[in-house]
Amino acid sequence: MPAIRKNSFAARLVDNSKNYLFIIPAVTLFSIFYVYPFYEIFNLSLHQWNGISPHRTFVGFANFQELFSDKIWWQSMWHAGFITIIALTLQNALAFMLALACDRQIRLKKFYRVVFFIPPVLSEIVVGLIWQWILYAGMQSGEHIGLLNYLLVKTGWPQLVHNWLSDPKTALACIAVVHCWKGFGWGFIMLLAGLQTIDGQLYEAAKVDGAGSWNQFRHITIPMMVPVLLVVMILTVLGSMQVFILILSMVGQGLGYHTEVPVTRILDAMIGTNRFGYACAMSVTFGAILIGISAFFKILSNRMKQA
Amino acid sequence: MRKLLGIFLCLLMVVSAGCAPKQQDANTITIWHWMTDRHKAFEALAQKYEAQTGVKVKIELYAPSDAYTQKVIASAQAHVLPDIYGILDKKEVFASFIESGFVADLTDEFKKNDSEWENSLFAKALDVNRFSDGNIYKIKPGIYGVPLDVTNIQMLYNKKMLEKAGIKTPPKTFEEFLSDTQALKRIGLAGLVSGWGEQWMINCFASNYAFNIMGEQKVMATYKGEVPYTDPDWIKVFNIFATLAKEGALAEGVVTKPNKFAEQDFALERAAFAFNGSWCVNVYNDMNPDLAYGVMLPPAVSTAFPMKIWGGAGSSFVVNKDSSRKDKAIAFLKWLTADEQQQYLAQQTKNLPSNKKALSSIPQILSDFAAVMDQTTHPSIWEYNEDPWVAEKFAKGIQSIIIGEKTPEEVAKEVQTAKQQELEKAKSKTN
Repeated sequence: MPAIRKNSFAARLVDNSKNYLFIIPAVTLFSIFYVYPFYEIFNLSLHQWNGISPHRTFVGFANFQELFSDKIWWQSMWHAGFITIIALTLQNALAFMLALACDRQIRLKKFYRVVFFIPPVLSEIVVGLIWQWILYAGMQSGEHIGLLNYLLVKTGWPQLVHNWLSDPKTALACIAVVHCWKGFGWGFIMLLAGLQTIDGQLYEAAKVDGAGSWNQFRHITIPMMVPVLLVVMILTVLGSMQVFILILSMVGQGLGYHTEVPVTRILDAMIGTNRFGYACAMSVTFGAILIGISAFFKILSNRMKQA
Repeated sequence: MRKLLGIFLCLLMVVSAGCAPKQQDANTITIWHWMTDRHKAFEALAQKYEAQTGVKVKIELYAPSDAYTQKVIASAQAHVLPDIYGILDKKEVFASFIESGFVADLTDEFKKNDSEWENSLFAKALDVNRFSDGNIYKIKPGIYGVPLDVTNIQMLYNKKMLEKAGIKTPPKTFEEFLSDTQALKRIGLAGLVSGWGEQWMINCFASNYAFNIMGEQKVMATYKGEVPYTDPDWIKVFNIFATLAKEGALAEGVVTKPNKFAEQDFALERAAFAFNGSWCVNVYNDMNPDLAYGVMLPPAVSTAFPMKIWGGAGSSFVVNKDSSRKDKAIAFLKWLTADEQQQYLAQQTKNLPSNKKALSSIPQILSDFAAVMDQTTHPSIWEYNEDPWVAEKFAKGIQSIIIGEKTPEEVAKEVQTAKQQELEKAKSKTN
């Protein structure tokens, strides 16, 4: 009996080893490219280091302590939050409306799909530079060069002419709007794909039961789209919180701290002030916040599915 | 099972081989740089050098400069730096590169044959690459880099626009400058444009006036923590920006403009004055070859001390200490900074050459830039440098003054608070 047991244990071990062997490449790659960098970032966040010197000084959680009392960091977090709120509402509402429109039998449907997907495929730098020119406040030969101010003057609204990107009251809102313009195409494509998976028979049945367009939308489209909407929302939050190239290309390092977002603060700590340890502490904290937000949406999604 | 293990090991070998550093030909040296405007000229010179010596020079361009800086830092951490590269950062970072063994000491090479190489170059340009006795970074005294060109940052004026506003000569004093910008404003022309969306440009302009108002000693004393930023002289420095903004002497949106956009504004005649470096000659020539402009020192606000401008080495190359082709790299840099090659670079790229003899072949506007090299200074040669975090507070504070959000006094107080915090941190470290 013991021999059999031993044999079966050995057999199981060999069998399991085979299974583990299959996952070793994936685990190795995951460890090299995800686990180790994350460990290294966390490890660096506990040190003071300028990024080049061979000497690192262990400072424990001092970087985190400093970060929690860093007003500019939390201000930058609020700026990213503001952009995210605008994106969650304006960008996703626009994407949903356009997806609904393109889901119907309209002319030039394919053309619109392509047009709406152009902004997301453009480089953020290019988008930033284009909008920088549109919102430009300078003049030449007595005329506004920036497209928006030029149009405002030409259409009889000269009182609305403004220095859009150099006024703290409008700069962040302008960046948020441009971010929405650049990003709505992703939401549009995903929501359109979601809409096309809804069975047409449901609408037919609802029509037979006397449901109007609004009721069809409320009782069929919305409930069926909840999982897709949640995915779009999570991606919007993660994308908007991490926006920075657009900011750098539109306003550079300008306007005091009014256009700072977490990633620009991390970059600045890393490259501008050579505080790698502090930058890593920022990255770890920021990563934890993003994971927290994603987890919140996941829980919300599960609850909504159960409901 | 064995088969699977074999496949896995093969894969591992392939991955490991991919991660190993590339073996390079002993007769090929590699240079990394960020200078898009000089890339073609470098390549032409590399070909010429190969024809003359048989040594191949691989020129690799990584732009923009921010991306280049990140690449160099990451490569230093991975010990995969090329034979020759440039360090685009503060002296403190340069010192860290040396301390970490990434930069070769070139002093002996410069001193060979009665300092022939050293004497052929502008002393101001070499100073940026030099660590003197008792330097605060505790680096062994010596010369660690080779300047390719010299540069300085001054003000430029558009001759046609000034003429249009009835201004006959460029302003010499700050009052004159303000009244000139008023005259320009009256005919709808913008005054001063600069890339003040980049913090270093603001700090540069402010430090010019700090030197002019209180002199170098007091500025250094501030960096050391002996004079507070709330000192009346510093308030005067901050007030310059408040006055420029209040009088409408600045072009619209100057605080959010990267220098590239500011260069475009001046080249396309959207502003009459610019604050920019001597590299602009090449940039303006590309953007508007017909632009008629002159160069002037920033108009002084005080007669107490001379106006000092930033200048010295423009771009420098260093040699990788670990390179097996170090001698070849040094020989190439010697050749690159010799008269003939420097003249070629100056003509092709319209930058001020670092070789003194090559100055004879430069355009007039560059000669005007070169005329005030004696008045140049640079953070890299200062005894002390401001802490980067305080410098950020300083620049951001000035941006706040320009947009009318804060007063000079408020900014001075905030910068001093940051300075105090940094001083306390430094004190606790030494304890």
